[in-house]
Amino acid sequence: MVAVAALPDVTPGGPAPAARPGQRRAWRGIVLVVAALYFVVPMAVSFWFTVYSEGQGFSLAAYGRILSAPGFLSSLLLSLGLAAATIVVVLLLTLPAMLAVRLGASRLGPVLELIATLPLVVPPIAYVVGISTALRGGIDALAATPLWATLIAVQDERFPIVLVLAYVVLTLPFAYRSLDAGLRAIDVRTLVEAARNLGASWPYVLFRVIIPNIRSAIASASFLTLALVLGEYTVAALLGYQTFPVWIVTISGNDGQLSVALSIISLLLIWLLLLTLSGAGRKRS
Amino acid sequence: MTVEFRGLRRAFGRTVALDGLDLTVQQGELMALLGPSGCGKTTALRCVAGFEHPDAGAVLVDGKDITRVPANRRDAGMVFQSYSLFPNLNARDNVAFGLQVRKVPTARRHARAAELLELVGLPAHAQRYPHELSGGQQQRVALARALALEPRVLLLDEPLSALDAKVRITLREEIRRLQLELGITTIFVTHDQEEALSVADRVAVLRAGRLEQCGPPAEVYDRPATPFVAEFVGTMNHVPGHLSGQEVTVLGRLMPVDGPLPSASDVDVLVRPEAVLVTPSSEGDATIVASSFRGSVARLRVRLGELEILSDVPGHDAVRLAPGTRVDVALVQRPVLVAARTAPTLPESSGPSAGPESSEATEDPAGVG
Repeated sequence: MVAVAALPDVTPGGPAPAARPGQRRAWRGIVLVVAALYFVVPMAVSFWFTVYSEGQGFSLAAYGRILSAPGFLSSLLLSLGLAAATIVVVLLLTLPAMLAVRLGASRLGPVLELIATLPLVVPPIAYVVGISTALRGGIDALAATPLWATLIAVQDERFPIVLVLAYVVLTLPFAYRSLDAGLRAIDVRTLVEAARNLGASWPYVLFRVIIPNIRSAIASASFLTLALVLGEYTVAALLGYQTFPVWIVTISGNDGQLSVALSIISLLLIWLLLLTLSGAGRKRS
Repeated sequence: MTVEFRGLRRAFGRTVALDGLDLTVQQGELMALLGPSGCGKTTALRCVAGFEHPDAGAVLVDGKDITRVPANRRDAGMVFQSYSLFPNLNARDNVAFGLQVRKVPTARRHARAAELLELVGLPAHAQRYPHELSGGQQQRVALARALALEPRVLLLDEPLSALDAKVRITLREEIRRLQLELGITTIFVTHDQEEALSVADRVAVLRAGRLEQCGPPAEVYDRPATPFVAEFVGTMNHVPGHLSGQEVTVLGRLMPVDGPLPSASDVDVLVRPEAVLVTPSSEGDATIVASSFRGSVARLRVRLGELEILSDVPGHDAVRLAPGTRVDVALVQRPVLVAARTAPTLPESSGPSAGPESSEATEDPAGVG
């Protein structure tokens, strides 16, 4: 409101043009408040639920119980590990392909885009049914070959590589979009040619020219992947792995307060990661 | 350091970009590759840089075949058409990029970059990032970057086409000054005939992947080897004439013919506007339709029966030759170029700078004079 009142003084011209930006500011404020309410109220209410109960009054015990709850640390670490692996694989998969399309095979561009968008239209449930059928069928079919052991190893409960593979597919559209936006902002071909002309080898071009210039796109691709993996429930649950989201659901059956406290903690955790990553992306630009 | 194109061929699908190009650029020479878009001039340049591989033929540098040498091991600095500075590096680090690739120590790298920025007139801009530089400044930095490794060949791929007119002219003069100073063999690709004529030692006019003519600017302008060159470089009038032996009758006079003779005897005589003489005369059979004043010269559009001819007269004559004046038209007596008869009336003009100007004259029949 202070800004609205101050405006007529700083804006040259008659009262009519001065009133307009003022009105606009007021509207901005209203929209902001409505949006904030939409996000803040459920969180505040959740928080209240975790710290207050009619019997005991105010207590932070629910947060204390998180650490002692069985499986908390292992499931969280599993999810973070899966997220890291997924980020690495999805970037290694998309970035070289997208660069190749821009530098040489521009006709394959639409094909790549189609493939990268496809996971959005396949419902995760159909996807997971497909995976488990393939795994079961695969074990029978490959029983006599060395691949059988690979198939078993892939499903290791301590680090299920099969989940990484599944998550790579699920996050492909998001990674693709982020990187695409980053690559669009620079003239890849000219930069590559300029660097090659100055004697740079291909790895030098990639690591010293391309990647530094799409740093923030890589950061946002990584973040989206991380957020997706940390929140993914369907695939992990149906394949029977104890990832963090699956563990939250399991635990919430016994203890309502605990599960809501967990949600809040994981929300804060993801926010923190977002801030770190976007900070890293902005550092040099 | 000479660069030689030997029977260079390159096709993209069905489009033939280079169709057996033969051309030699001499040591220390600035060669302009001139032609309309799609004539193969950029493809030829990219073959020297190593970004394009010819289907047949070879590129020789100092007699050595470099056709298969990877782009990063060629000794040619390149300045690109679009802005090509690395956005994450400031001007100094952009210039020093090639030195960094070669692991030159930081102090020497910075000293060399400062030296080059000085050379291109930007000594105070070392810390600026590309987005903080104007288009002209960016191309200067790109030029410094291309020169940083002291290449034996400098390749310029329409380096001025993204800049506005005034910067374009100063920068092209500066490029020429630097090129002469360093004595570096340079290939300058452009579609702007004025640019090519004003900076090059020799101009090579390309058409559909083949060399049409290669010679000093004055020769290409005054004695175009083919009708295409005549059309593309400068403005050309088409005046109908009748061929008899080695001579042609045009506007009632007999003129010697230069260059190849078409088979038909009905021909177009190609005449530069400055070779058309216009004198006021009350009995004249021609009328001035429009006049556009350009300072040193005025370009007149003269109607002669069905025919319209462009004529350049000295600027101070523009007052006497206002639109509506009856005039006599004559041609300067000298050997002329002829071409097979095309559309009989309107003189065509081409070349990027001549085109818009003559259409301006059409839209403004009142003229300026």
